Amino acid sequence: MSFTLRKDKHSVVVVGVDGQLIVGNRQELKQKVLDALEGGGRKFVVDFTKTGYIDSSGLGVLVSLSKKIREQGGDLRLCGLNEDLQTLFELTKLDTLFAITRTSEEALAAF
Amino acid sequence: MTTPLHLDVRRRAGGGETETELSLDVPSDLKYVGPAVELIAGRLPSGPLSPRRIRFNFRTALAEALANAIAYGNHHDPARVVRVLVQVGHDVVRLHVTDEGDGFDPDEVPDPTLPERLELEDGRGLFVLRRLVDDVAFNAKGNSVCLTLLAG
Repeated sequence: MSFTLRKDKHSVVVVGVDGQLIVGNRQELKQKVLDALEGGGRKFVVDFTKTGYIDSSGLGVLVSLSKKIREQGGDLRLCGLNEDLQTLFELTKLDTLFAITRTSEEALAAF
Repeated sequence: MTTPLHLDVRRRAGGGETETELSLDVPSDLKYVGPAVELIAGRLPSGPLSPRRIRFNFRTALAEALANAIAYGNHHDPARVVRVLVQVGHDVVRLHVTDEGDGFDPDEVPDPTLPERLELEDGRGLFVLRRLVDDVAFNAKGNSVCLTLLAG
């Protein structure tokens, strides 16, 4: 389980979540994204293509990061959710807070 | 890396059918939630639950229950443990998670999908838990939860 950050040619920070985003590793993701925000990044995409599961703490960290990024005039979008993860966002109504696309290409194109 | 996590797996006859029981004591540190979930999910006998339900419903529900027990039940106290017992029958999996805390009233937890709570970082655990499994039952004290996943 780990997080990878890369910047695309339009300075969008793409964050890959490999494995799970849960209470035990949410702080690591938070710090990495906040460091990128501090470093000037404003457009973020979190890619869940390789993610098995997300718990409520993982959802919470996304909510809090999204808020912080919006306060700096940026945006955080999500992509690559499988059917189960998509359902998780829908039942918690967090699908109304985030722009969610199927692929990272669609998320990047939407910026 | 040495780990304090030691899974005990037993097969026992109960009610005319053989049941597998997995038990694990988890220290009250959130860093053990992920490893504990993987350890148990990795040894869960195939049968009642589909690989998809094990990957998502079972793992997420166990992670939620463990995190709640460690943080709100045991208050991260290293002297306390969270006890996990998984009973796997022919057509059901029961997941018992017990902490050493004073318990709580699950009916007092507010709905995290209310508009005024939607942007809060915390408070979704129990809500998510109730939607991932077929039944959530607390003991009277509120320090032990039994999560039931029916076959499928």
